[in-house]
Amino acid sequence: MSLADTSTFAGRLDDLGVAVSTGPPAECAAMVEAAAGEPAVGVPLARSGPAAFADSPAALPDRVETAPTTADLRAAHTGVTAASLGVAEYGSVALEADAAGTEPVSLFVDRHVVVLREADLVPDMPDAFDWLGPRARDESVDVVFATGPSATADMGGLVHGAHGPKEVHVILLRGEDAADGSDAAVDAEDDQ
Amino acid sequence: MSSDAETGAEEAAATEPADNPDREAKAERIRELLTTEGDAVAENTRGFNEGRYESTGRLDGYEELKDEARAIKEDAIERLPDLIDEVRASVEANGGTVYLADDAADANRYIREVAAERDAERAVKSKSMTSEEIEVNDALEADGVDVVETDLGEWVLQLADEEPSHIVAPAIHKSREGIAELFAERFDPEDPPETAEELTMFARERLGELIEDADLGMTGANFIAADSGTMLLVTSEGNARKTVTATDTHVAVAGVEKLVPTVEEFSPFVELIGRSGTGQDVTSYISTLTPPVDSPVPDFEAADEPLADGSESDREFHLVLIDNGRMAMRDDEELKETLYCIRCSACSNACGNFQSVGGHAFGGETYSGGIATGWEAGIEGLDTAAEFNDLCTGCSRCVPACPVGIDIPWINTAVRDRINRGEAEPGQTDWMFEELVPDEEPGGLDLATRLVGNYATLAEWGHKTAPVANRLANAGPVRALAERVAGIDRRRELPEFARESLVEWFDARGGPAVPADEATREAVVYPDTATNYVDVGRGKATVRALEALGVRVRVPDLPGSGRPPLSQGMIATAEAAAEDLYAGLAPHLDAGRDVVAIEPSDLATFRREYERFLPAASYERLADASYDVMEYAFGLLENGADPAALRAPSEGTGPVASGQRIAYHPHCQARTVGVSEYATATLERLGYDVRVSDTECCGMAGSFGYKTDYYELSVDVGEPLVEQFGDTDRTVVAPGTSCTEQLDALLDAAPRHPIEVVAPRE
Repeated sequence: MSLADTSTFAGRLDDLGVAVSTGPPAECAAMVEAAAGEPAVGVPLARSGPAAFADSPAALPDRVETAPTTADLRAAHTGVTAASLGVAEYGSVALEADAAGTEPVSLFVDRHVVVLREADLVPDMPDAFDWLGPRARDESVDVVFATGPSATADMGGLVHGAHGPKEVHVILLRGEDAADGSDAAVDAEDDQ
Repeated sequence: MSSDAETGAEEAAATEPADNPDREAKAERIRELLTTEGDAVAENTRGFNEGRYESTGRLDGYEELKDEARAIKEDAIERLPDLIDEVRASVEANGGTVYLADDAADANRYIREVAAERDAERAVKSKSMTSEEIEVNDALEADGVDVVETDLGEWVLQLADEEPSHIVAPAIHKSREGIAELFAERFDPEDPPETAEELTMFARERLGELIEDADLGMTGANFIAADSGTMLLVTSEGNARKTVTATDTHVAVAGVEKLVPTVEEFSPFVELIGRSGTGQDVTSYISTLTPPVDSPVPDFEAADEPLADGSESDREFHLVLIDNGRMAMRDDEELKETLYCIRCSACSNACGNFQSVGGHAFGGETYSGGIATGWEAGIEGLDTAAEFNDLCTGCSRCVPACPVGIDIPWINTAVRDRINRGEAEPGQTDWMFEELVPDEEPGGLDLATRLVGNYATLAEWGHKTAPVANRLANAGPVRALAERVAGIDRRRELPEFARESLVEWFDARGGPAVPADEATREAVVYPDTATNYVDVGRGKATVRALEALGVRVRVPDLPGSGRPPLSQGMIATAEAAAEDLYAGLAPHLDAGRDVVAIEPSDLATFRREYERFLPAASYERLADASYDVMEYAFGLLENGADPAALRAPSEGTGPVASGQRIAYHPHCQARTVGVSEYATATLERLGYDVRVSDTECCGMAGSFGYKTDYYELSVDVGEPLVEQFGDTDRTVVAPGTSCTEQLDALLDAAPRHPIEVVAPRE
């Protein structure tokens, strides 16, 4: 997507208190390694998020348990999943509730690490629902647009982690073929 | 409070059965809520409301988005029977079940059957007002099913055995300390949680355990797309996600009005719902589920099994669509728009009265706040709606707040009219003073309602008999009687009627002073009832100011606008008044004259309610030709009139001279029709330093604060104004009669209309 969308997206995540790491797919494992707490469970990237992850060099580090039992899930500090889409204007990520367990792995943990391809960013909500509509009709998908961590103000003050994760960390993967120096420099500055 | 003059009336009250025990009980209930819940509700709702302004202010194309959202709802409600058929087909194609329930009992019977078939021991629920409406918890608990609310606020209420006080944030009336006490009492923990963080984590852990081994998950649905069977669920906590994911049987309960044709049509609502309700741009989680969902069911009892073992889950999904009066509302011209409601709570948060006492004062059986009158009238019936319909003052601040453009005050007016007509209580007694109340209403109407509704007649009578009427009106025994019989609170000063009306003054003066051939424009100054018979000074100031700006002014004798009867739900009387007034104004409109209104509520009536009363062409003609007096003055200055003709701040008295610094409280209805800023603009242009209050409404709104049951509430709603302007050394101005009376009572400031500040001296 355009540089403007990436910058808007990163800005919104910053407002939401969501950490962002940006890098090429080949560095995905290293970025997840740095972002994930211990113990970590996950869904293999090829089985959550867009099909394009199947051909991508992006991977998860070995210490992320990608075939967790429910006991592993309950004990996990971090859950790692891919997102299918990002909505730049709101800093939202689209998580698909799939048979591989993206929904529980992203939900029953304290920290959610989300892997998202920059190419899957869309500018705004109407774009997101234009993407969702045909998939809902044809594939009966279940998607949650998650924006920042779980939050509540019901107990007399804003608290994160009412039911879902207390923290969110987004790993934003730049396209393999867009690795020219100028983009990288801008992204590096955004990370500061 | 007691005085000798009042003794007679008090004795009379003591020897007769109380005239209105309901009224006393209601006043007592409001006083109690002001004390116990008022502070927490005020802090939260006002915070949400400010958040709404900030968040919608950041949104490009907010009005267009609202129009889009409204168009989707209009279309969906129009096509509702077809959408119900369509969603049944799409949900069944996905492997789910749809049940269309006629009423609460029917819905509960079905849900109990589902629970029984699955041998459910515990149901976990994500907050849903529709499930509150059918009281499904009681139905399931009667079968021995443990029902647990997972929304943190809702869980607190469940523990405390209370009802929600707010559509979106059910427990805002409870303080953090109150919740801490409740947890300590219920669970007796070793280390009682105290901070918001500790309380939240305590609830998360307790609820987490309960969710893990629950059998049935119940949710509402914010919207459902007929084309795919996809439902939209909006939460910030994540409880809806856990409720659906952790259980293998999902029952979604939703009113039939939640259907929209396609998934794409969720989009504007996603952008509007959080902003409108709590000021969040979007809530943390927007789930779009096309159930049964694909997630594996975590089996926390078999913890060593793989979470995702590759086998098909045996998830079940039941969509229970509830009619419960909604299809009849769809055929009801006045209640139909209630079905456009997206339950965002913006109307509650924008409401001065709600901000003071919250939903427990408004509360019908289920819904609360402004739109609740429509819901309760349609779902529970007029008796329930009548209990709290009175708390709508008609200030109209909920109108621009509503993301789907529902005219909520109108629904309240229409329901009030039905209640007046005895549709709620057919046994109302007959009326005795027909000559004082020459309205179009049937007998049997409540006396206070009728007195206020016929204010134009009362004021004319008061003016003709002043000063006797003035002396009489404020005499102790009469006030005591008025309070006892008509509910007019004796703590309020009554308006003093003028001996010479504005129209009489203008005629005696010799009519228009600016010759026709020298005039830039010609205008009719509308002598509204309050200006003509009570506050003549602001009428004279208007004439002086407009003449100074070169306008040929007339002040013809014209009937009342119908605003007072409208505020009492006397629609037929208001409609007759609209027709009479239009007949009186038509020759002036024919002659190309502008109509200048001094009282903002009258201008708002011309621009808003007259659309319902007059033929379209007449309505448009009057709406186009009528102006707020400050709007008109601003327009004249913009078009070349000489500002030197108006009164600028007095010179030589220093920068803090009170005449130079203004504290301006805009009228609620003027804000709604978008004319309040012209007073600020005109004053600033003349060199005044203006500080504008940002409260939604002063709390008086028409006759509201006169009623003895609402006196304390009215004063409490005015509290933010006292905080802002209480010790100001500025000159206080307010354009509305009610605002003036309220500010006078609260601040002892005797505020003037802004036109009186800028008009040349007599």
